[in-house]
Amino acid sequence: MARLYEYQGKQILKAAKVMVPYGEVATTPDEASAIAEKIGKPVAIKAQIWAGGRGKAGGIKFAENPAEAKEVARTLLGAEIKSLKVEKVLVEEKLDIEKEYYVGIIVDPSKDARCPVVMFSTEGGMDIEAVPSEKIATKKIDVIRGFKLFDGINLAVELKVQNKLLPGIAQAIMGLFQTFKNYNCRIAEINPLVLTKDGRLIAGDCRIAIDDASVFRHPEFGIEVARESPTPPTELDKIAWWIEEGDLRGTCYIAQMVKEIKEPGYVGYHGLGGGGAILGVDALTKEGLKIANYADTSGNPPAAKVYRAAKVIFSQPGIEAYFLGGFMYANQEQWHHAHGIVKALREELPKRPGFPCVLLLCGNKEAESLEILREGTQGLPGRIEIYGGDKVYETRFLARRVKELILEYRKERGIEV
Amino acid sequence: MAILLTKDTKVLIQGITGREGSARAAFMKGYGTKVVAGVTPGRGGEEVSGIPVFNTVAEAVKAVGPIDASVTFVPGPGLKDAVIEAVDSGIKFIVSPVERVPLYDILEMVAYTKQHDVKLLGPGSIGIISPGIAAAGWLGGNPEFARKVFIPGPVGVISRSGGQSATVPWALNRAGMGMTTVIHVGTEPVTGISMGEILPLFEKDPDTKGVAVFGEIGGPHEEEAAECIRRKEFTKPFVIFVAGAWAPEGMRFSHASSIIERGRGSAKSKIELLKEVGAHVVDRPDEIAPTMKKLLEIN
Repeated sequence: MARLYEYQGKQILKAAKVMVPYGEVATTPDEASAIAEKIGKPVAIKAQIWAGGRGKAGGIKFAENPAEAKEVARTLLGAEIKSLKVEKVLVEEKLDIEKEYYVGIIVDPSKDARCPVVMFSTEGGMDIEAVPSEKIATKKIDVIRGFKLFDGINLAVELKVQNKLLPGIAQAIMGLFQTFKNYNCRIAEINPLVLTKDGRLIAGDCRIAIDDASVFRHPEFGIEVARESPTPPTELDKIAWWIEEGDLRGTCYIAQMVKEIKEPGYVGYHGLGGGGAILGVDALTKEGLKIANYADTSGNPPAAKVYRAAKVIFSQPGIEAYFLGGFMYANQEQWHHAHGIVKALREELPKRPGFPCVLLLCGNKEAESLEILREGTQGLPGRIEIYGGDKVYETRFLARRVKELILEYRKERGIEV
Repeated sequence: MAILLTKDTKVLIQGITGREGSARAAFMKGYGTKVVAGVTPGRGGEEVSGIPVFNTVAEAVKAVGPIDASVTFVPGPGLKDAVIEAVDSGIKFIVSPVERVPLYDILEMVAYTKQHDVKLLGPGSIGIISPGIAAAGWLGGNPEFARKVFIPGPVGVISRSGGQSATVPWALNRAGMGMTTVIHVGTEPVTGISMGEILPLFEKDPDTKGVAVFGEIGGPHEEEAAECIRRKEFTKPFVIFVAGAWAPEGMRFSHASSIIERGRGSAKSKIELLKEVGAHVVDRPDEIAPTMKKLLEIN
């Protein structure tokens, strides 16, 4: 899912009639100071990063006046919090908190639901997973019927919220649901929903993520990579997404597992199909190897897409092997993969003599595809091993082959680990 | 016998003139499926592999009579309307081999099909095949490959993974067992019919003597299967492998889903639950076929 920053989330919540603190985004200390000046009272300055526990990690600070705001912004901007670089801060009015609530909406895929579930809790401001279930009121929403204001009131009544707060809380829940629906969210949370000392109900913080497959409907957010990820995309992630974007022929999914390889034992991993790809990961992990990246090309992609995926995998400095984990007896005609991989290997192996490559490719048009692999890689200066359908479930054997070839490759270059 | 897709099932292909639609129309018909019509707006009156093409589903039904099932080769953003169109024309089984469907669209089509008592396989299901009888979707690829891999026999197969829905049958085949029906449940975050709804159908089918499953981490399928076995809605031999037990942290599902799952969803919790109800959980996928073989010989 593609996460929005807090300030983006608050903009769309505001449009859905949820009250948010007065504030603006700053990218320089001067801007922060100017915004604090405009607000004219104590402010909160919040690092705009995708991380939970941001407050504890020092990502939320307060300032009494514009001069202080400038200093605080100077320390936050450019800093690294939870290994994420802070490029923007949200400067907003500091709230006088009376009580904190929680409102969240997620999708429940189980067969009795298959619908959005709205959750409300009187215990806001903390991780909702830590809240006991009797303090959480939930309602499954029939998407054909929709969400009604009285649904929100019922949720609050269930947890004995006092009468005078009911309309405000129901309005906030309603606004969050409309946001969830209109922006095709995978998750939408207001946490905390703050009751201020002067009786207002304001979204103190929010966490909103757009469903990957719906990102195209919302170009206004400038989301670069419509892929589930705990961190902003790396350069390699962006390149991988570029392969996929606008080409609906088959799937190419690549996600970098480590930003920088600092130790031996990493494999450039090219899986085929979600389930098969996981089999390879399990097997490599059991042999003490690690994957530099996770990848999956399947759904009958053209050779060009497979080639680009392999090139991206090879581009990771520090990998000690390339493993094509075709642990599936594929319905797709496998020669597209064979052609794409041959082209990538012919370009990459002359640059790295002796490099281990274990290639497993099985299924439809297997004989022809293996022939393409054998013929196309003939004479290349790598440690290339090619396997077909009789090894489709030989996960341990193949992971061990990868490991043994890596050991040989290290020995040849005089590397001891 | 087979479930969901039998020799009498009359099948429609929505999006029949596209790259995948036309290729798989040739496959499905070549394999023996009763493909009675295709639909592409603006292409009515044409033919694809000898199958008549209509502008709308309603027009197709008017011309060829009631249709039992539809396969939708329609891009993700257009899928919701295609499914609603099929439901409105009285089609009771829809196979959607389509990925990257907007989530809210999925929720709406799932609600709409449920309201009209229609079974939706997918979205993101590569399809269903009843060996020797019929195929709907991508599963099987081409008639030659499909005949080689999928042979008739006593095992029902359900897979969470598209690729594995041919691999498990291949392994069963090499161990000397055929299949009644093979089903890929779909890869999207929310899907129509799940394992918990498919197992009772296999239970009722006298030819199915056992069910083999390729499971995965995340989602509710395996838990629902376990629940089904606990309630005795499924009582035949059940062999399952759950992939992803060794996958590094962070590759698993997001924090968000764990709120609702409350500790469910991991390979460990799925395996424990399945073992508790007496399912045969194997540690490696290559153990699926030999384990099933032993169980069928005992029974």
